[in-house]
Amino acid sequence: MEQRRSLLKAAAVGGVAMVLPAAQVAQAQGNPKEARPQEGDRFVLSEGDKKGAAVKLDDLKPGGPPVTVFPQDAKDGTVRDGSRLNQVLMVRLDESQLKNDTKSRAAQGVVAYSAVCTHTGCDGLSWDAGKAMFKCPCHETEFDATDGARVVAGPAPRRLPALPLKIVEGYVTAAGAFTSRAGVIQT
Amino acid sequence: MKIGKWLLPALVLLPTLGTPAQAQGVQNYAPVTDERLLNPEPQNWLQIRGGYHGNGYSPLNQINAGNVKRLVPVWSYSTGQLEGHQAPPIVNNGVMFISTPRNQVLALDAKSGKQLWRYQREFAEDVNHPHPTNRGVALYKDKVYLATMDAFVVCLDAKTGKLVWETKLAENKHNYYFTLAPLIAKGKVMVGSSGAEYGIRGFIAAVDAETGKEAWRTYTVPAPGEPGSETWPGGDVWKSGGGSVWVTGNYDPKLGLAYFGTGNPGPWPADAHPGDNLYTTSVIALDVETGKIRGHHQYHWNDNWDWDEVSTPLLFDVKRNGRTFPALVHPGRNGYLWLLERKQDGIGFVDAKPFVKQEVFTAIDPKTGRPTYDMSKRLLVGQTTTFCPSHWGGKDWPPAAFNPQTNLLYIPAHENLCVTLAGEAKIAPYQPGKRYVGTDASKTRLFPRDGAKYIGEVQAWDMNTGKKVWSYPYPDMDINWGPLLTTAGGLVFAGGSQDRKFRALDARSGKLLWEFVTNSGITAMPASYMVDGVQYIAVQSGWGVDAQKMTGRLNDSMNRKIQVPQGGVVWVFAVK
Repeated sequence: MEQRRSLLKAAAVGGVAMVLPAAQVAQAQGNPKEARPQEGDRFVLSEGDKKGAAVKLDDLKPGGPPVTVFPQDAKDGTVRDGSRLNQVLMVRLDESQLKNDTKSRAAQGVVAYSAVCTHTGCDGLSWDAGKAMFKCPCHETEFDATDGARVVAGPAPRRLPALPLKIVEGYVTAAGAFTSRAGVIQT
Repeated sequence: MKIGKWLLPALVLLPTLGTPAQAQGVQNYAPVTDERLLNPEPQNWLQIRGGYHGNGYSPLNQINAGNVKRLVPVWSYSTGQLEGHQAPPIVNNGVMFISTPRNQVLALDAKSGKQLWRYQREFAEDVNHPHPTNRGVALYKDKVYLATMDAFVVCLDAKTGKLVWETKLAENKHNYYFTLAPLIAKGKVMVGSSGAEYGIRGFIAAVDAETGKEAWRTYTVPAPGEPGSETWPGGDVWKSGGGSVWVTGNYDPKLGLAYFGTGNPGPWPADAHPGDNLYTTSVIALDVETGKIRGHHQYHWNDNWDWDEVSTPLLFDVKRNGRTFPALVHPGRNGYLWLLERKQDGIGFVDAKPFVKQEVFTAIDPKTGRPTYDMSKRLLVGQTTTFCPSHWGGKDWPPAAFNPQTNLLYIPAHENLCVTLAGEAKIAPYQPGKRYVGTDASKTRLFPRDGAKYIGEVQAWDMNTGKKVWSYPYPDMDINWGPLLTTAGGLVFAGGSQDRKFRALDARSGKLLWEFVTNSGITAMPASYMVDGVQYIAVQSGWGVDAQKMTGRLNDSMNRKIQVPQGGVVWVFAVK
């Protein structure tokens, strides 16, 4: 918020009042902790007893449950935990379950999606192993993990952004950026 | 990131954000003085519930039981926002101020609907707003005050909508967020924080109306050593103990005390926070000068049913056993109707009885009001429980109303709803900003009681006799998330249902007199005002938040596919 305050001050001096969202400022200025996941990023667990541990393919049990992770710059080790929009849900599924686009983004059955619901921005989605679906605790939207996290039920206006993956030296690694903007898109 | 080098200067040239989009402005604005807040004119609606008493009562009677069937819309206005519209129109001498989700504030000509100015707050892309709603603005002198979803208090110029100052009171990254309208008394702007489902420590804070400087802050969960701290387990539990303040307080000017309701402790399971957990699920009386807690009444101890007692008790006089006393009246989320007494040195318990079927309390101590529980109904870590009323309670946040003409209290109730909740096997340690509820939401099941004939209803109670006088059950097993307005015209206005209706009931009999199908569902507080000798009824229609969630849960258990369309509209009605 300090950046926002100084910006306000600068704007006021210039005779123009404006407010720029803090995260947008940080992104524009290249704060690596707030930058969204990028190709080559690895992942670390964002919660639980092993919080901070790097995620390898062998750590993920086929069929789930999913883990919640933050991306990590593979070069300098920066964990991108500066924005809640960087939370990623990762789950390993049977490759034969995955639909076309989902299969092409997956790495040996591992799929990853933004952990923030596109409806009102809630996180903490639960997992229905039988249906391979994420369910939002706030308004019950269900997202199909086998099919690009498309909305199966509930009020969310769009699917969860997907994150393409690859396996590098045993580590689950981002193969690109989110397929769309994470979080709520205000109309 | 190369983009940053040219993006920032370019953005400074963009149209101004957070300032009026259409700055026509307000002419001849009448400042809202302390005197006017204490004695509001009948034609105005200066506070969210029409006055410090919180009764949701309008003394206007031009629209009445005899002519309400001729009520028709005279203008409407699309807010451009989705989600739960809950704020009432606030009207000062023909100027309407109304807030919407995402902290937009509109100033409209209350007679014509013409836009005078618009303020739209800009948020960080990753703002936390689990309950995207806003419950209204407050007026004081020539300013408009707004509590924001990123935990700021914002002061706007009432004539232009221009930002005067803003004060950050808490960290939204840790999921502190504001949904209530500010309460203003003695030059203090009082607000409180939501976020108990994310492990906040609830508080009420006051800022100076002129400067925005924080004057005091009172936590709803005491720190070790403070009074009430003995009701919490040791360690750091208190730091993330919950006690949200979702709804605006009411104010007794004679006592100088503001009354606020408080939410549940967190996380939900009882054994995650052993003890009574003061001052959660309570009403607290605060000295508005200092913020000191002068009294409290905890409706139920060690809450584990998510029965936030967020609603503020209504302030009116009640006569019992030949004695008239200043009362606090609270239809609780726990399904009991609480009658308390306001005193300089505290809050006295008078009476409590269920207004919906309640299967958790086995007794109420007649002296203290402390309930005894059926301990098998408690939610515990790793265990599942089923109870009624559901975690949305007998009445959630939508305010009740009191009509001094009929001497009746009106309650928007949910009857016959039960829930099954599953406590997580292991609750992960608190992490700032992370969900901290302790239940497996995928196993929650909300369902109507076997044989239930209705769910949503409006009830009328005579608090002098302690008896229910009438009930208007909603048809088709519909639900009721509608705040109530009652008027000297002998009417009760109520929305709240999935059928999108706004309706007028006869305040004495509960008979349906008029109804109108709006664009969406109504979960906002209605208001009434008069301009140039014409009385108006106004309300926003815009479904979302908990009402939408309840619809989803009941669709699951009742095999229904009800979808209530979203999108906010301000509706204004008059008799033609």
